Amino acid sequence: MPQTMIEKILARHTGDEVEPGRVIWLDLDVRTARDFGGANVVKHLEREYPEDPVADPARTFFTFDCVVPANTIPYANNQQICREFARRHGIRVFDVDMGIGSHVVIEQGLAVPGCTLVGTDSHLNILGAVGAFGQGMGDQDIAFTFKTGKTWFEVPRSIRVRVKGRLDEPLSAKDLNLAILGQIGSTGGLGHSMEFYGEAIEGLSLAGRITLASMATEMGAVVALIPPGEEVAEYCGKRAGRRVEPVVADEDAEYAEEIDVDIRGLRPLVARPGAPHDVVEAASVKGVRIDSAFFGSCTNGRLEDFEVAASILEGRRVAPHVMAKVVPATREVYGQLLGRGLLEMFYDAGVIVSNPGCGGCASGQIGMTGRGEVQISTSNRNFRGKQGAGDTYLASPATVAASALAGEIASP
Amino acid sequence: MAKPTNIQGRIWVVRDPEGRPVDDIDTDMIYHNAHLAITDVAQMGRYAFGNLEGWQDFPSKAEPGDILIAGRNFGCGSSRQQAVDCFVSLGVSLLVAESFGAIYRRNAINSGFPILVCPGILHESAGGLASGEVLKVDLKTGELRKDGAAVARAQGFSDVQMGIYQADGLFNFARRHNL
Repeated sequence: MPQTMIEKILARHTGDEVEPGRVIWLDLDVRTARDFGGANVVKHLEREYPEDPVADPARTFFTFDCVVPANTIPYANNQQICREFARRHGIRVFDVDMGIGSHVVIEQGLAVPGCTLVGTDSHLNILGAVGAFGQGMGDQDIAFTFKTGKTWFEVPRSIRVRVKGRLDEPLSAKDLNLAILGQIGSTGGLGHSMEFYGEAIEGLSLAGRITLASMATEMGAVVALIPPGEEVAEYCGKRAGRRVEPVVADEDAEYAEEIDVDIRGLRPLVARPGAPHDVVEAASVKGVRIDSAFFGSCTNGRLEDFEVAASILEGRRVAPHVMAKVVPATREVYGQLLGRGLLEMFYDAGVIVSNPGCGGCASGQIGMTGRGEVQISTSNRNFRGKQGAGDTYLASPATVAASALAGEIASP
Repeated sequence: MAKPTNIQGRIWVVRDPEGRPVDDIDTDMIYHNAHLAITDVAQMGRYAFGNLEGWQDFPSKAEPGDILIAGRNFGCGSSRQQAVDCFVSLGVSLLVAESFGAIYRRNAINSGFPILVCPGILHESAGGLASGEVLKVDLKTGELRKDGAAVARAQGFSDVQMGIYQADGLFNFARRHNL
Protein backbone atom coordinates (compact mmCIF):
# COMPACT_ATOMS: atom_id res chain seq x y z
CA MET A 1 0.00 0.00 0.00
CA PRO A 2 1.39 3.42 -0.92
CA GLN A 3 1.67 5.61 2.16
CA THR A 4 1.36 9.28 3.05
CA MET A 5 4.14 10.96 5.04
CA ILE A 6 2.52 10.41 8.41
CA GLU A 7 1.69 6.80 7.62
CA LYS A 8 5.27 6.12 6.65
CA ILE A 9 6.73 7.80 9.73
CA LEU A 10 4.33 5.97 12.05
CA ALA A 11 4.92 2.65 10.30
CA ARG A 12 8.63 2.92 11.09
CA HIS A 13 7.79 3.32 14.76
CA THR A 14 5.29 0.55 15.40
CA GLY A 15 4.74 -3.16 14.95
CA ASP A 16 1.04 -2.60 14.36
CA GLU A 17 -0.65 -2.21 11.03
CA VAL A 18 -0.82 1.45 10.05
CA GLU A 19 -4.10 2.46 8.51
CA PRO A 20 -6.08 5.68 8.99
CA GLY A 21 -8.48 5.39 11.90
CA ARG A 22 -6.63 2.49 13.55
CA VAL A 23 -5.16 2.80 17.01
CA ILE A 24 -1.50 1.77 17.15
CA TRP A 25 1.17 1.60 19.84
CA LEU A 26 3.75 4.10 18.74
CA ASP A 27 7.45 4.13 19.72
CA LEU A 28 8.72 7.59 20.54
CA ASP A 29 12.31 8.51 19.78
CA VAL A 30 12.31 11.49 22.15
CA ARG A 31 10.04 12.51 25.04
CA THR A 32 10.07 15.95 26.63
CA ALA A 33 8.23 18.08 29.17
CA ARG A 34 8.37 21.85 29.55
CA ASP A 35 7.92 23.95 32.67
CA PHE A 36 4.16 24.10 32.02
CA GLY A 37 3.00 20.56 32.66
CA GLY A 38 6.46 19.34 33.72
CA ALA A 39 5.76 19.33 37.45
CA ASN A 40 2.47 17.54 36.80
CA VAL A 41 4.38 14.92 34.78
CA VAL A 42 6.77 14.40 37.71
CA LYS A 43 3.84 14.13 40.11
CA HIS A 44 2.20 11.41 38.00
CA LEU A 45 5.48 9.50 37.66
CA GLU A 46 6.24 9.57 41.37
CA ARG A 47 2.74 8.40 42.22
CA GLU A 48 2.36 5.76 39.51
CA TYR A 49 5.92 4.50 39.02
CA PRO A 50 7.95 5.40 42.13
CA GLU A 51 10.50 2.62 41.58
CA ASP A 52 11.48 3.12 37.98
CA PRO A 53 9.85 6.17 36.35
CA VAL A 54 12.04 6.70 33.28
CA ALA A 55 12.59 4.13 30.54
CA ASP A 56 15.56 5.84 28.90
CA PRO A 57 17.05 9.04 30.37
CA ALA A 58 19.11 9.60 27.21
CA ARG A 59 15.89 10.04 25.19
CA THR A 60 14.11 12.09 27.85
CA PHE A 61 14.42 15.86 28.37
CA PHE A 62 13.00 18.84 30.17
CA THR A 63 12.79 22.10 28.21
CA PHE A 64 11.91 25.20 30.22
CA ASP A 65 10.50 27.94 28.03
CA CYS A 66 7.22 29.35 29.32
CA VAL A 67 8.14 31.42 32.37
CA VAL A 68 11.88 31.94 32.12
CA PRO A 69 13.28 32.68 34.58
CA ALA A 70 10.31 32.04 36.86
CA ASN A 71 8.67 35.26 38.04
CA THR A 72 6.43 33.77 40.71
CA ILE A 73 7.25 31.35 43.50
CA PRO A 74 4.78 28.65 42.32
CA TYR A 75 6.41 28.59 38.85
CA ALA A 76 9.87 28.56 40.41
CA ASN A 77 8.80 25.66 42.62
CA ASN A 78 7.52 23.71 39.63
CA GLN A 79 10.75 24.20 37.68
CA GLN A 80 12.75 23.10 40.71
CA ILE A 81 10.58 19.98 41.05
CA CYS A 82 11.55 19.09 37.47
CA ARG A 83 15.24 19.88 37.99
CA GLU A 84 15.52 17.71 41.10
CA PHE A 85 13.67 14.85 39.41
CA ALA A 86 15.98 15.22 36.41
CA ARG A 87 19.08 15.07 38.63
CA ARG A 88 17.87 11.94 40.39
CA HIS A 89 17.26 10.16 37.11
CA GLY A 90 20.04 11.47 34.90
CA ILE A 91 17.79 13.48 32.61
CA ARG A 92 19.14 16.50 30.77
CA VAL A 93 17.42 19.83 31.39
CA PHE A 94 17.46 22.59 28.77
CA ASP A 95 17.01 25.18 31.45
CA VAL A 96 15.51 28.69 31.57
CA ASP A 97 18.38 30.18 29.55
CA MET A 98 17.93 27.97 26.48
CA GLY A 99 14.70 29.10 24.86
CA ILE A 100 11.69 27.46 23.24
CA GLY A 101 11.88 23.69 23.52
CA SER A 102 10.45 22.94 20.07
CA HIS A 103 13.29 24.99 18.53
CA VAL A 104 15.96 23.71 20.92
CA VAL A 105 15.28 20.10 19.92
CA ILE A 106 15.83 21.03 16.28
CA GLU A 107 19.05 22.94 17.05
CA GLN A 108 20.32 20.11 19.23
CA GLY A 109 19.76 17.51 16.53
CA LEU A 110 17.19 15.64 18.63
CA ALA A 111 14.41 16.26 16.13
CA VAL A 112 15.37 14.97 12.69
CA PRO A 113 13.34 14.08 9.59
CA GLY A 114 11.18 11.01 10.14
CA CYS A 115 11.54 10.90 13.93
CA THR A 116 8.81 10.82 16.58
CA LEU A 117 8.97 13.29 19.46
CA VAL A 118 6.40 14.30 22.08
CA GLY A 119 6.15 16.86 24.85
CA THR A 120 3.76 19.04 26.81
CA ASP A 121 3.92 21.89 24.26
CA SER A 122 0.85 21.94 22.00
CA HIS A 123 2.97 23.50 19.25
CA LEU A 124 5.42 20.59 19.13
CA ASN A 125 3.87 19.66 15.81
CA ILE A 126 6.13 22.50 14.63
CA LEU A 127 8.58 19.64 14.00
CA GLY A 128 6.66 19.01 10.81
CA ALA A 129 9.02 21.77 9.61
CA VAL A 130 11.78 19.16 9.42
CA GLY A 131 9.42 16.39 8.29
CA ALA A 132 9.24 14.89 11.77
CA PHE A 133 6.26 13.78 13.81
CA GLY A 134 6.04 16.09 16.81
CA GLN A 135 3.06 16.09 19.10
CA GLY A 136 1.94 18.03 22.11
CA MET A 137 0.21 16.00 24.77
CA GLY A 138 -1.16 16.41 28.27
CA ASP A 139 0.77 15.60 31.41
CA GLN A 140 -0.64 12.09 31.94
CA ASP A 141 0.20 11.15 28.38
CA ILE A 142 3.73 12.49 28.70
CA ALA A 143 4.28 10.82 32.09
CA PHE A 144 3.35 7.54 30.44
CA THR A 145 5.84 8.14 27.61
CA PHE A 146 8.65 8.90 30.09
CA LYS A 147 7.95 5.53 31.69
CA THR A 148 7.39 3.41 28.59
CA GLY A 149 8.77 5.25 25.56
CA LYS A 150 5.51 4.69 23.74
CA THR A 151 1.91 5.80 23.50
CA TRP A 152 -1.35 4.80 21.86
CA PHE A 153 -2.14 6.84 18.78
CA GLU A 154 -4.95 6.90 16.27
CA VAL A 155 -3.50 7.04 12.78
CA PRO A 156 -4.84 10.27 11.29
CA ARG A 157 -6.19 10.70 7.80
CA SER A 158 -4.06 12.89 5.54
CA ILE A 159 -4.80 16.09 3.70
CA ARG A 160 -2.64 17.26 0.80
CA VAL A 161 -2.36 21.02 0.47
CA ARG A 162 -1.09 22.29 -2.87
CA VAL A 163 0.02 25.89 -2.91
CA LYS A 164 -0.02 27.71 -6.22
CA GLY A 165 2.07 30.85 -6.58
CA ARG A 166 5.19 32.30 -5.00
CA LEU A 167 6.06 34.35 -1.96
CA ASP A 168 7.72 37.59 -3.00
CA GLU A 169 8.75 40.40 -0.67
CA PRO A 170 7.33 41.75 1.52
CA LEU A 171 5.41 38.49 1.88
CA SER A 172 6.78 35.75 4.10
CA ALA A 173 5.82 32.35 5.45
CA LYS A 174 3.53 33.99 8.01
CA ASP A 175 1.37 35.49 5.26
CA LEU A 176 1.19 32.09 3.60
CA ASN A 177 0.28 30.53 6.91
CA LEU A 178 -2.47 33.08 7.57
CA ALA A 179 -3.75 32.71 4.00
CA ILE A 180 -4.17 28.96 4.48
CA LEU A 181 -5.68 29.40 7.95
CA GLY A 182 -8.09 32.04 6.67
CA GLN A 183 -9.15 29.72 3.84
CA ILE A 184 -9.64 26.48 5.78
CA GLY A 185 -10.54 27.88 9.23
CA SER A 186 -9.92 26.57 12.71
CA THR A 187 -11.24 23.11 11.96
CA GLY A 188 -10.03 22.76 8.37
CA GLY A 189 -7.41 20.25 9.42
CA LEU A 190 -9.21 18.85 12.45
CA GLY A 191 -7.75 15.51 13.47
CA HIS A 192 -5.81 15.23 10.20
CA SER A 193 -2.17 15.19 9.17
CA MET A 194 -1.52 17.89 6.59
CA GLU A 195 1.19 17.77 3.93
CA PHE A 196 2.31 20.83 2.00
CA TYR A 197 3.49 20.99 -1.60
CA GLY A 198 4.22 23.61 -4.22
CA GLU A 199 6.92 25.97 -5.42
CA ALA A 200 6.42 28.39 -2.51
CA ILE A 201 6.81 25.51 -0.04
CA GLU A 202 9.96 24.12 -1.64
CA GLY A 203 11.49 27.59 -1.52
CA LEU A 204 10.95 28.02 2.22
CA SER A 205 14.01 28.18 4.45
CA LEU A 206 14.04 26.24 7.72
CA ALA A 207 12.79 29.35 9.55
CA GLY A 208 9.94 29.72 7.04
CA ARG A 209 9.05 26.05 7.42
CA ILE A 210 8.93 26.48 11.19
CA THR A 211 6.56 29.43 10.74
CA LEU A 212 4.25 27.47 8.47
CA ALA A 213 4.26 24.27 10.53
CA SER A 214 3.76 26.13 13.80
CA MET A 215 0.14 26.95 13.14
CA ALA A 216 -1.05 23.43 12.34
CA THR A 217 -2.57 23.52 15.81
CA GLU A 218 -4.61 26.60 14.88
CA MET A 219 -5.93 24.70 11.84
CA GLY A 220 -6.96 21.86 14.14
CA ALA A 221 -4.41 19.55 12.53
CA VAL A 222 -2.47 16.81 14.28
CA VAL A 223 0.64 17.87 12.40
CA ALA A 224 1.62 19.89 9.31
CA LEU A 225 4.36 17.98 7.53
CA ILE A 226 6.65 19.67 5.04
CA PRO A 227 8.74 17.31 2.91
CA PRO A 228 12.36 18.13 3.79
CA GLY A 229 14.53 19.45 1.01
CA GLU A 230 18.30 19.20 0.87
CA GLU A 231 18.86 22.26 3.08
CA VAL A 232 16.80 20.80 5.91
CA ALA A 233 18.28 17.32 5.62
CA GLU A 234 21.77 18.78 5.67
CA TYR A 235 21.06 21.05 8.65
CA CYS A 236 19.51 18.25 10.71
CA GLY A 237 22.25 15.80 9.77
CA LYS A 238 24.92 18.24 10.84
CA ARG A 239 23.17 18.95 14.14
CA ALA A 240 22.57 15.27 14.86
CA GLY A 241 26.09 14.29 13.84
CA ARG A 242 24.80 11.59 11.52
CA ARG A 243 23.30 11.22 8.10
CA VAL A 244 19.54 11.62 8.05
CA GLU A 245 17.29 10.30 5.35
CA PRO A 246 14.05 12.26 4.87
CA VAL A 247 10.85 10.28 4.92
CA VAL A 248 8.53 11.39 2.14
CA ALA A 249 5.14 10.24 0.89
CA ASP A 250 4.76 7.69 -1.84
CA GLU A 251 3.76 9.32 -5.08
CA ASP A 252 0.51 7.40 -5.38
CA ALA A 253 -0.46 7.74 -1.71
CA GLU A 254 -4.14 8.33 -1.06
CA TYR A 255 -5.37 11.46 0.69
CA ALA A 256 -8.69 11.95 2.45
CA GLU A 257 -8.80 15.48 1.08
CA GLU A 258 -6.97 17.76 -1.34
CA ILE A 259 -6.90 21.49 -0.73
CA ASP A 260 -5.67 24.01 -3.28
CA VAL A 261 -4.43 27.34 -2.04
CA ASP A 262 -3.79 30.06 -4.60
CA ILE A 263 -1.48 32.78 -3.30
CA ARG A 264 -1.06 34.64 -6.57
CA GLY A 265 -1.89 38.26 -5.83
CA LEU A 266 -1.56 37.69 -2.08
CA ARG A 267 -1.02 40.80 0.03
CA PRO A 268 0.17 41.06 3.65
CA LEU A 269 -2.39 39.63 6.06
CA VAL A 270 -3.39 39.95 9.70
CA ALA A 271 -5.62 37.87 11.95
CA ARG A 272 -8.04 40.04 13.88
CA PRO A 273 -8.33 39.79 17.68
CA GLY A 274 -10.10 36.74 19.06
CA ALA A 275 -9.45 34.13 16.38
CA PRO A 276 -6.26 33.19 14.48
CA HIS A 277 -8.41 32.23 11.49
CA ASP A 278 -10.19 35.60 11.30
CA VAL A 279 -7.80 36.71 8.57
CA VAL A 280 -8.03 39.92 6.51
CA GLU A 281 -5.61 42.01 4.46
CA ALA A 282 -3.47 44.25 6.66
CA ALA A 283 -4.47 47.17 4.45
CA SER A 284 -8.13 46.70 5.44
CA VAL A 285 -7.37 47.50 9.10
CA LYS A 286 -4.74 50.10 8.30
CA GLY A 287 -4.78 52.96 10.79
CA VAL A 288 -5.92 50.97 13.83
CA ARG A 289 -3.88 52.51 16.64
CA ILE A 290 -1.58 50.07 18.42
CA ASP A 291 -0.04 50.23 21.89
CA SER A 292 2.41 47.38 21.61
CA ALA A 293 4.27 45.24 19.10
CA PHE A 294 5.71 41.80 19.74
CA PHE A 295 8.43 40.06 17.69
CA GLY A 296 9.11 36.45 18.58
CA SER A 297 7.37 33.19 19.64
CA CYS A 298 7.79 29.70 18.22
CA THR A 299 6.16 30.99 15.02
CA ASN A 300 8.48 33.91 14.21
CA GLY A 301 11.42 33.76 16.61
CA ARG A 302 14.31 32.84 14.27
CA LEU A 303 17.20 35.01 13.06
CA GLU A 304 15.62 35.39 9.64
CA ASP A 305 12.44 36.82 11.23
CA PHE A 306 14.42 39.39 13.20
CA GLU A 307 16.49 40.29 10.15
CA VAL A 308 13.29 41.20 8.32
CA ALA A 309 12.12 43.32 11.26
CA ALA A 310 15.55 44.92 11.56
CA SER A 311 15.70 45.81 7.88
CA ILE A 312 12.53 47.87 8.39
CA LEU A 313 13.42 49.37 11.78
CA GLU A 314 17.07 50.14 11.07
CA GLY A 315 18.00 53.76 11.58
CA ARG A 316 14.49 54.64 12.74
CA ARG A 317 12.56 54.56 16.00
CA VAL A 318 9.25 52.91 16.82
CA ALA A 319 6.41 55.37 17.39
CA PRO A 320 6.77 57.05 20.80
CA HIS A 321 3.57 55.51 22.21
CA VAL A 322 4.44 51.97 21.10
CA MET A 323 5.92 49.42 23.46
CA ALA A 324 7.92 47.11 21.18
CA LYS A 325 9.38 43.80 22.36
CA VAL A 326 11.81 41.34 20.81
CA VAL A 327 12.06 37.83 22.24
CA PRO A 328 14.45 35.47 20.40
CA ALA A 329 13.25 31.86 20.23
CA THR A 330 16.48 30.42 21.59
CA ARG A 331 19.83 31.23 23.12
CA GLU A 332 21.41 30.38 19.78
CA VAL A 333 19.25 32.96 18.00
CA TYR A 334 20.03 35.47 20.75
CA GLY A 335 23.73 34.89 20.07
CA GLN A 336 23.18 35.44 16.36
CA LEU A 337 21.42 38.75 17.05
CA LEU A 338 24.32 39.74 19.28
CA GLY A 339 26.95 38.70 16.74
CA ARG A 340 25.33 40.60 13.88
CA GLY A 341 24.75 43.82 15.75
CA LEU A 342 21.00 43.42 15.69
CA LEU A 343 20.63 43.81 19.46
CA GLU A 344 22.19 47.24 19.23
CA MET A 345 20.02 48.09 16.29
CA PHE A 346 16.84 47.09 18.15
CA TYR A 347 18.04 49.09 21.15
CA ASP A 348 18.54 52.16 18.98
CA ALA A 349 15.08 51.68 17.49
CA GLY A 350 13.56 51.82 20.97
CA VAL A 351 12.74 48.12 21.25
CA ILE A 352 12.85 46.09 24.49
CA VAL A 353 15.00 42.99 23.95
CA SER A 354 14.34 40.05 26.26
CA ASN A 355 16.16 36.82 26.99
CA PRO A 356 14.93 33.88 24.88
CA GLY A 357 11.70 32.00 25.57
CA CYS A 358 8.02 31.95 24.72
CA GLY A 359 7.40 35.49 25.94
CA GLY A 360 3.85 36.78 25.82
CA CYS A 361 1.98 33.58 24.93
CA ALA A 362 2.24 32.03 28.38
CA SER A 363 2.26 34.82 30.94
CA GLY A 364 5.99 34.74 30.41
CA GLN A 365 8.85 37.06 31.24
CA ILE A 366 7.87 39.81 28.81
CA GLY A 367 4.49 40.68 30.33
CA MET A 368 0.91 40.64 29.15
CA THR A 369 -1.55 43.12 27.62
CA GLY A 370 -3.86 45.28 29.74
CA ARG A 371 -7.55 45.99 29.20
CA GLY A 372 -8.00 48.19 26.15
CA GLU A 373 -4.43 47.63 24.94
CA VAL A 374 -4.04 46.81 21.25
CA GLN A 375 -1.09 44.62 20.36
CA ILE A 376 0.21 43.42 17.02
CA SER A 377 2.24 40.27 17.34
CA THR A 378 4.15 37.73 15.27
CA SER A 379 2.89 34.95 17.55
CA ASN A 380 0.31 32.32 16.70
CA ARG A 381 -2.69 32.66 19.01
CA ASN A 382 -4.88 35.63 19.77
CA PHE A 383 -7.73 33.96 21.62
CA ARG A 384 -9.42 36.42 23.91
CA GLY A 385 -7.61 36.68 27.20
CA LYS A 386 -4.68 34.47 26.25
CA GLN A 387 -2.01 37.14 26.07
CA GLY A 388 -3.71 39.36 28.63
CA ALA A 389 -6.83 41.50 28.73
CA GLY A 390 -6.08 43.43 25.52
CA ASP A 391 -6.71 42.74 21.82
CA THR A 392 -4.05 40.99 19.75
CA TYR A 393 -3.62 41.07 15.97
CA LEU A 394 -1.38 38.41 14.42
CA ALA A 395 0.91 39.31 11.53
CA SER A 396 4.29 38.75 9.89
CA PRO A 397 7.51 40.33 11.20
CA ALA A 398 7.43 42.81 8.30
CA THR A 399 3.87 43.90 9.07
CA VAL A 400 4.55 44.17 12.80
CA ALA A 401 7.69 46.24 12.14
CA ALA A 402 5.89 48.59 9.76
CA SER A 403 3.08 48.97 12.30
CA ALA A 404 5.48 49.62 15.18
CA LEU A 405 7.03 52.49 13.23
CA ALA A 406 3.68 53.95 12.23
CA GLY A 407 2.09 53.52 15.67
CA GLU A 408 -0.88 51.98 13.91
CA ILE A 409 -1.48 48.94 11.79
CA ALA A 410 0.34 49.39 8.50
CA SER A 411 0.97 47.16 5.52
CA PRO A 412 4.68 46.77 4.73
CA MET B 1 -16.03 -3.04 39.35
CA ALA B 2 -17.24 -1.92 35.96
CA LYS B 3 -18.00 1.77 35.57
CA PRO B 4 -21.43 2.84 34.30
CA THR B 5 -21.91 3.03 30.56
CA ASN B 6 -25.19 4.86 30.96
CA ILE B 7 -25.03 8.36 32.36
CA GLN B 8 -27.91 10.54 33.43
CA GLY B 9 -27.46 14.17 34.35
CA ARG B 10 -28.58 17.74 34.18
CA ILE B 11 -27.22 19.51 31.09
CA TRP B 12 -25.46 22.81 30.56
CA VAL B 13 -25.65 24.00 26.94
CA VAL B 14 -22.62 26.18 26.23
CA ARG B 15 -23.95 29.34 24.58
CA ASP B 16 -22.79 32.93 24.76
CA PRO B 17 -24.69 35.57 26.77
CA GLU B 18 -26.84 36.27 23.69
CA GLY B 19 -27.83 32.64 23.45
CA ARG B 20 -25.68 31.79 20.43
CA PRO B 21 -23.67 28.56 20.25
CA VAL B 22 -19.95 29.06 20.93
CA ASP B 23 -17.32 27.23 18.85
CA ASP B 24 -13.53 27.12 19.20
CA ILE B 25 -13.54 27.37 22.99
CA ASP B 26 -9.82 27.19 23.65
CA THR B 27 -7.97 25.89 26.66
CA ASP B 28 -7.28 29.41 27.95
CA MET B 29 -11.01 30.10 28.10
CA ILE B 30 -11.56 26.80 29.90
CA TYR B 31 -8.60 27.06 32.27
CA HIS B 32 -6.48 30.18 31.97
CA ASN B 33 -2.68 30.02 31.91
CA ALA B 34 -2.62 32.23 35.01
CA HIS B 35 -3.51 29.15 37.10
CA LEU B 36 -1.03 26.68 35.64
CA ALA B 37 1.14 26.55 38.74
CA ILE B 38 -1.59 24.47 40.42
CA THR B 39 -0.95 20.72 40.29
CA ASP B 40 -3.71 19.52 42.65
CA VAL B 41 -6.85 18.53 40.69
CA ALA B 42 -9.09 19.32 43.67
CA GLN B 43 -8.00 22.97 43.39
CA MET B 44 -8.69 23.29 39.66
CA GLY B 45 -12.51 23.23 39.57
CA ARG B 46 -12.95 26.77 40.82
CA TYR B 47 -11.20 28.13 37.68
CA ALA B 48 -13.25 26.17 35.11
CA PHE B 49 -14.54 28.48 32.34
CA GLY B 50 -12.90 31.35 34.23
CA ASN B 51 -12.09 33.13 30.95
CA LEU B 52 -15.27 32.31 29.00
CA GLU B 53 -17.63 35.23 28.75
CA GLY B 54 -20.84 34.64 30.68
CA TRP B 55 -19.61 31.39 32.24
CA GLN B 56 -17.32 32.63 35.00
CA ASP B 57 -19.84 31.53 37.65
CA PHE B 58 -20.08 27.99 36.29
CA PRO B 59 -17.98 26.46 39.11
CA SER B 60 -20.37 27.77 41.76
CA LYS B 61 -23.44 26.55 39.86
CA ALA B 62 -22.24 23.17 38.60
CA GLU B 63 -23.14 20.07 40.58
CA PRO B 64 -21.55 16.65 40.48
CA GLY B 65 -23.12 14.58 37.73
CA ASP B 66 -23.84 17.49 35.40
CA ILE B 67 -23.34 17.11 31.63
CA LEU B 68 -21.84 19.75 29.32
CA ILE B 69 -23.04 20.22 25.73
CA ALA B 70 -20.62 22.20 23.55
CA GLY B 71 -19.87 23.18 19.97
CA ARG B 72 -17.10 22.61 17.45
CA ASN B 73 -13.38 22.29 18.19
CA PHE B 74 -13.91 22.36 21.96
CA GLY B 75 -10.61 22.53 23.83
CA CYS B 76 -8.49 23.73 20.94
CA GLY B 77 -5.26 25.50 21.85
CA SER B 78 -2.81 24.32 24.45
CA SER B 79 -2.00 20.81 25.60
CA ARG B 80 -2.98 21.53 29.15
CA GLN B 81 -4.50 18.62 31.01
CA GLN B 82 -5.93 21.10 33.52
CA ALA B 83 -8.60 22.05 30.96
CA VAL B 84 -9.94 18.50 31.39
CA ASP B 85 -9.08 18.11 35.06
CA CYS B 86 -11.02 21.23 36.07
CA PHE B 87 -14.23 19.48 34.98
CA VAL B 88 -13.19 16.27 36.70
CA SER B 89 -12.61 18.41 39.77
CA LEU B 90 -16.20 19.69 39.64
CA GLY B 91 -17.61 16.20 39.18
CA VAL B 92 -18.92 16.85 35.65
CA SER B 93 -19.99 13.42 34.43
CA LEU B 94 -19.85 13.83 30.66
CA LEU B 95 -18.87 16.30 27.97
CA VAL B 96 -20.59 16.12 24.58
CA ALA B 97 -19.28 18.36 21.80
CA GLU B 98 -19.63 18.61 18.03
CA SER B 99 -15.86 18.07 17.82
CA PHE B 100 -12.82 18.38 20.03
CA GLY B 101 -9.30 19.74 19.68
CA ALA B 102 -7.09 16.70 19.05
CA ILE B 103 -5.00 17.04 22.20
CA TYR B 104 -8.01 17.78 24.37
CA ARG B 105 -9.68 14.61 23.16
CA ARG B 106 -6.65 12.51 24.10
CA ASN B 107 -6.33 14.17 27.47
CA ALA B 108 -9.95 13.43 28.31
CA ILE B 109 -9.69 9.84 27.15
CA ASN B 110 -6.45 9.28 29.09
CA SER B 111 -8.03 10.67 32.25
CA GLY B 112 -10.93 8.26 31.91
CA PHE B 113 -13.21 11.30 31.64
CA PRO B 114 -16.19 10.53 29.38
CA ILE B 115 -16.47 12.62 26.23
CA LEU B 116 -18.59 12.03 23.16
CA VAL B 117 -18.37 13.51 19.68
CA CYS B 118 -21.82 14.45 18.39
CA PRO B 119 -21.87 16.53 15.18
CA GLY B 120 -24.79 18.96 15.15
CA ILE B 121 -25.57 18.66 18.87
CA LEU B 122 -25.25 22.38 19.53
CA HIS B 123 -25.97 23.98 16.19
CA GLU B 124 -28.82 21.72 15.11
CA SER B 125 -30.25 19.59 17.91
CA ALA B 126 -29.78 22.16 20.63
CA GLY B 127 -32.75 24.08 19.35
CA GLY B 128 -34.53 21.43 21.35
CA LEU B 129 -32.07 21.27 24.25
CA ALA B 130 -31.92 23.77 27.10
CA SER B 131 -29.72 24.07 30.13
CA GLY B 132 -31.30 22.42 33.14
CA GLU B 133 -32.94 19.57 31.22
CA VAL B 134 -31.98 16.01 32.00
CA LEU B 135 -30.38 13.71 29.43
CA LYS B 136 -29.73 10.01 29.56
CA VAL B 137 -26.71 8.96 27.53
CA ASP B 138 -25.45 5.55 26.45
CA LEU B 139 -21.66 5.78 26.15
CA LYS B 140 -21.47 2.57 24.10
CA THR B 141 -23.99 3.47 21.40
CA GLY B 142 -23.73 7.25 21.80
CA GLU B 143 -27.50 7.62 22.02
CA LEU B 144 -28.79 10.72 23.84
CA ARG B 145 -32.33 10.51 25.24
CA LYS B 146 -34.57 13.14 26.74
CA ASP B 147 -37.85 12.16 28.43
CA GLY B 148 -37.42 8.68 27.01
CA ALA B 149 -37.10 9.85 23.39
CA ALA B 150 -33.87 9.83 21.37
CA VAL B 151 -32.74 13.39 20.59
CA ALA B 152 -29.34 12.81 19.03
CA ARG B 153 -26.77 10.13 18.37
CA ALA B 154 -23.10 10.68 19.15
CA GLN B 155 -20.26 8.39 18.07
CA GLY B 156 -20.06 5.72 20.77
CA PHE B 157 -16.85 5.09 22.71
CA SER B 158 -13.99 3.59 20.73
CA ASP B 159 -12.37 0.42 22.10
CA VAL B 160 -9.34 2.20 23.50
CA GLN B 161 -11.54 4.89 25.02
CA MET B 162 -13.75 2.29 26.72
CA GLY B 163 -10.70 0.36 27.91
CA ILE B 164 -9.12 3.42 29.50
CA TYR B 165 -12.45 4.57 30.93
CA GLN B 166 -13.11 1.19 32.53
CA ALA B 167 -9.58 1.07 33.92
CA ASP B 168 -10.10 4.57 35.31
CA GLY B 169 -7.24 6.15 33.44
CA LEU B 170 -4.28 5.48 31.18
CA PHE B 171 -1.91 4.28 33.92
CA ASN B 172 -4.23 1.51 35.14
CA PHE B 173 -5.17 0.63 31.59
CA ALA B 174 -1.50 0.15 30.74
CA ARG B 175 -0.98 -2.01 33.84
CA ARG B 176 -3.87 -4.24 32.80
CA HIS B 177 -2.10 -4.73 29.50
CA ASN B 178 1.34 -5.20 31.08
CA LEU B 179 2.77 -2.08 29.50
